[in-house]
Amino acid sequence: MGEPQLCDLSVPGRQGIRFPQPDVPLSDLPPAGLLRDELPLPEMSELEVIRHYTRLSQLNYSIDTGYYPLGSCTMKYNPKVNEETVRLPGFAYAHPLQPVETVQGSLVLLYNLQEWLKEIGGFAGITLQPAAGAHGELTGVLIIRAYHRSRGDHKRDKILIPDSAHGTNPATSAMSGLRVVELKSDARGNVDLEALKLECDDTLAGLMLTNPNTLGLFDENVEEVIRMVHQAGGLVYGDGANMNALLGIVRPGDLGIDVLHYNLHKTFSTPHGGGGPGSGPVGVAENLVDFLPGPIVDVIDMGDEETPPLYGLVQPPKSIGRVKAFHGHFGMAVRAYTYLVMHGAQGLRQIAEMAVLNANYLLSRLRDTYHLPYDRVCMHEFVLEGRWPEVPDVHALDIAKRLMDYKFHPPTNYFPLIVHEALMIEPTETESKETLDTFADAMLKIAEEAHTNPQLLKDAPHNTPVGRVDEVKAAKELVLCCGVSALDRE
Amino acid sequence: MFTPHTDADREAMLRAIGIDHLADLFKVVPAKHRFPDLALPPAETEMEAVAELQNLAWANESARDLACFLGAGAYNHYVPAAVDAVLRRGEFLTAYTPYQPELSQGTLQAIFEYQSLVAALTGMDVSNASHYDGATAVAEAVNMAYANFRGKRAKIVLSPALHPQYRQTVRTYSTDSPLQLVGDGPESDLNAGPEALLPLIDGETALVVVQYPDFFGRVYDYTSLAEAAHAAGALLCVAINPMALGMLKTPGQMGADIVTGEGQPLGIPMSFGGPYLGLFATRKEFVRKMAGRLVGESIDNRGQLAYVLTLTAREQHIRREKATSNICSNQGLMALGSAVYMSLLGKNGLRQVAELNYHKAHHAAARIHDLPKYSLWSGAPFFNEFVIQCPLPVAEINDLLLEHDILGGYDLSQDYPALTHHMLVAVTEMNSHEEIETLVEALREVSNG
Amino acid sequence: MSNIPANLKFAESNEWILVEGSTGTVGISDYAQNQLSDIVFAEIVVAEGDEIKQGDTIATIESVKAAADVYSPVSGKIVAINEDLGAAPEVINSSPYEAAWIIKIELSDPAELKPLMDAVAYGAHVESQG
Repeated sequence: MGEPQLCDLSVPGRQGIRFPQPDVPLSDLPPAGLLRDELPLPEMSELEVIRHYTRLSQLNYSIDTGYYPLGSCTMKYNPKVNEETVRLPGFAYAHPLQPVETVQGSLVLLYNLQEWLKEIGGFAGITLQPAAGAHGELTGVLIIRAYHRSRGDHKRDKILIPDSAHGTNPATSAMSGLRVVELKSDARGNVDLEALKLECDDTLAGLMLTNPNTLGLFDENVEEVIRMVHQAGGLVYGDGANMNALLGIVRPGDLGIDVLHYNLHKTFSTPHGGGGPGSGPVGVAENLVDFLPGPIVDVIDMGDEETPPLYGLVQPPKSIGRVKAFHGHFGMAVRAYTYLVMHGAQGLRQIAEMAVLNANYLLSRLRDTYHLPYDRVCMHEFVLEGRWPEVPDVHALDIAKRLMDYKFHPPTNYFPLIVHEALMIEPTETESKETLDTFADAMLKIAEEAHTNPQLLKDAPHNTPVGRVDEVKAAKELVLCCGVSALDRE
Repeated sequence: MFTPHTDADREAMLRAIGIDHLADLFKVVPAKHRFPDLALPPAETEMEAVAELQNLAWANESARDLACFLGAGAYNHYVPAAVDAVLRRGEFLTAYTPYQPELSQGTLQAIFEYQSLVAALTGMDVSNASHYDGATAVAEAVNMAYANFRGKRAKIVLSPALHPQYRQTVRTYSTDSPLQLVGDGPESDLNAGPEALLPLIDGETALVVVQYPDFFGRVYDYTSLAEAAHAAGALLCVAINPMALGMLKTPGQMGADIVTGEGQPLGIPMSFGGPYLGLFATRKEFVRKMAGRLVGESIDNRGQLAYVLTLTAREQHIRREKATSNICSNQGLMALGSAVYMSLLGKNGLRQVAELNYHKAHHAAARIHDLPKYSLWSGAPFFNEFVIQCPLPVAEINDLLLEHDILGGYDLSQDYPALTHHMLVAVTEMNSHEEIETLVEALREVSNG
Repeated sequence: MSNIPANLKFAESNEWILVEGSTGTVGISDYAQNQLSDIVFAEIVVAEGDEIKQGDTIATIESVKAAADVYSPVSGKIVAINEDLGAAPEVINSSPYEAAWIIKIELSDPAELKPLMDAVAYGAHVESQG
């Protein structure tokens, strides 16, 4: 029995919350032609609403209820204190357009976060405006384009994207009018230097580099790669989705990366919320600071012995413009700030060290049973093949689904595309050795089942609220609203 | 704290990996850049961190401390307790994107219901799972319209009464595209209604974008604008304030092809500007052109009703450089919050709160209009926001209002040089009769210098 | 094993063309539909009377896991489009060479047919794709 839909729970006459009667004289309503006839929303009591959503929540898997080894998603624990600080009334009830004198607390917080993210990544400037990683990517690529344009360098329209990069990179580049050229990886999972050399010409706008890449491998030639792109006049965009491996280990800016987006919802513990909101601050090197989206937070009056400095909002001189309304996802900034003040430099390095230790430990438990296509010390994640030649009918998908029966969320599968039947595993630093061992045991048991009883995997999951869902039916019938099909082909 | 490793764990794990020291895991990192000394403040305990954050929050004067008459795209509304109670459930808060439907029916059904509620509210056929905010939703509508005509129509007509930050966002998004953005230049007649856009619509036009109520609070029926756009083969996008739709005619009824909006008024705290909720709905014939996540109904292999992400073939991870957008998240928690809000209020509650906003705003407007030296700028119908012409620069007035613990309205001269001394005032259910009287008296006092 | 009729010519991007006189009929191959799996959507993006060039996109096809553009293997003027395809995209799976033709086109440059593959060459091409 599933949970009924809202529209089926509605009973005319119920209402979950009431508002006071007007304490002002009533005015005439607008002309009838401007009013709506009906408002087809559900009618429910508060308890029915709460029970409905509580029961829905119980159909979900979550970090709070179990282990999520999702590669590239960094499903670490989201500290509860973040949820307290973000709700402090001074933050939660502040309007984004208030005079800056009345929101110094918010502005100091944003300013400090900007400074810390600059320090962590080795950058000269930062914007907190982008709403998510993909949005940060778009911001970064627009900055790269603006930089070349400002130099009168108009023919640079080519962007190089390694085949091990995140899927968003090509879509982002196309949105900003760039021509995408895919770069092959070499046999060790690094950017292929020979292939790169061939593309280094005067049309090169830049390279989008994920390092560590989606194989979980730190590029062994990273400095050479960056040097070659710079020599050709291009810039290097760093995809910071995998920053969890680098905190206090190395600063991307020190390696020569010109632009990088962070994911506050991965590295800095803000919750994923079932798909968002994210937050994708972008850090840039000195020569790109003027192009950042505005406004950014800065000290606008130094003050003196009597008065503290005044923080305000400033527009960088050659700004690419806004990428969204207001100042970015402030609520995510508060959570990330809370997380950062609780760690300090040593704490951050420990995050990366334990994330990498966990990944290599888990790899050591699985590598004899699952094929490891790129055999190197991994960083925060690694990629295995979910297939065995002797049982050709068993696929990565079946392993993923069977893991659910062991009460684990499956790893990312079928990505990166350069590994057949990929299973991409990122343990994160917040998991204990016992959890990793239980997960490894389940993975080994499933490998055994794949050989002895493959049908068990093909039919999995068995113990979840629903089984495998018919995606073809969903896409063909297109029922996207309660009781209505969007598909009536006129 | 958040890492559970004991010394014994580390030893055992290093042994299993076959190395002696943690540092050996990082040999691949260039030595001269390895293990930088980060200049960060020393780590605090949870207790200290909360105290630090509390001090920062106290340094703000928020709408809890001040009577708030500021709107301009973010509004001070009451958020029912039940909304946050649902959002704080770890099963929603700490869940990942619902790519595995077997483990995410809660999130999937909640999004499906959100889509249904938004479609019902806007009078449209389908809604997606949301965009980042009201500004980026308009930018996505522009991209969608451009893609819909396969690049053959490159003109976008933007109403000058569309939120200035939305227009700026559209401009940033289209910097490197062939799009031509017209209609909101400095010469545009701000007093004019939507009919001023008609001469700009032609066979090159892909999309016309207007706001409802518009940035100045005015409410127009866009039916004839929709007809004119359609006659030229173009599409119409209406950017809404969803609370106004508790009482006003829907953009769907007017013939809009795309509805975008800022969903913040639906139970989302102002939180200094975000995270908010980008509403996005369209007609069924454009469902495949719409970017962003979508949930559909289906069945599972046990024959049960089940929900799943659908039409994913349009998205960036499959279409790559051919996708019309790179978006790969939605405002999951905010969409959930708005769905809980709409469920709690329901058909009667949303109308009630909308009317409460309407009556309070109209009372305040009438009282201010009666003051010497102040007048209402427009005679058009409005919802909960209106423009007043003031005797002094708005910044000066707002400084003085602050002394009365009043957060004054938005200074329109920041974006519209022609509108010096024009203040955009928002009044919501949160503003008591007494607060309105205090505002009126303070404005009177200010004008007497 | 893919079905590859001997009377057709094939493009590397997996479109087939049947030439009768100066008119060509275009669709996607059995191999292509198989790679896409269950097709849930098809949209023809050109209209009768359009002049198109070799390589122009003529249709978009989606399954639940993939999306593909279909390119015209030749230049010319479109004389017919398959109006039934939008309502029943699954026929691309069931009848790629007959019911699921996409466009008919009046060839403007028959020389463009030369570099296209015959059934044997296409068979080898498909084989090499694994």
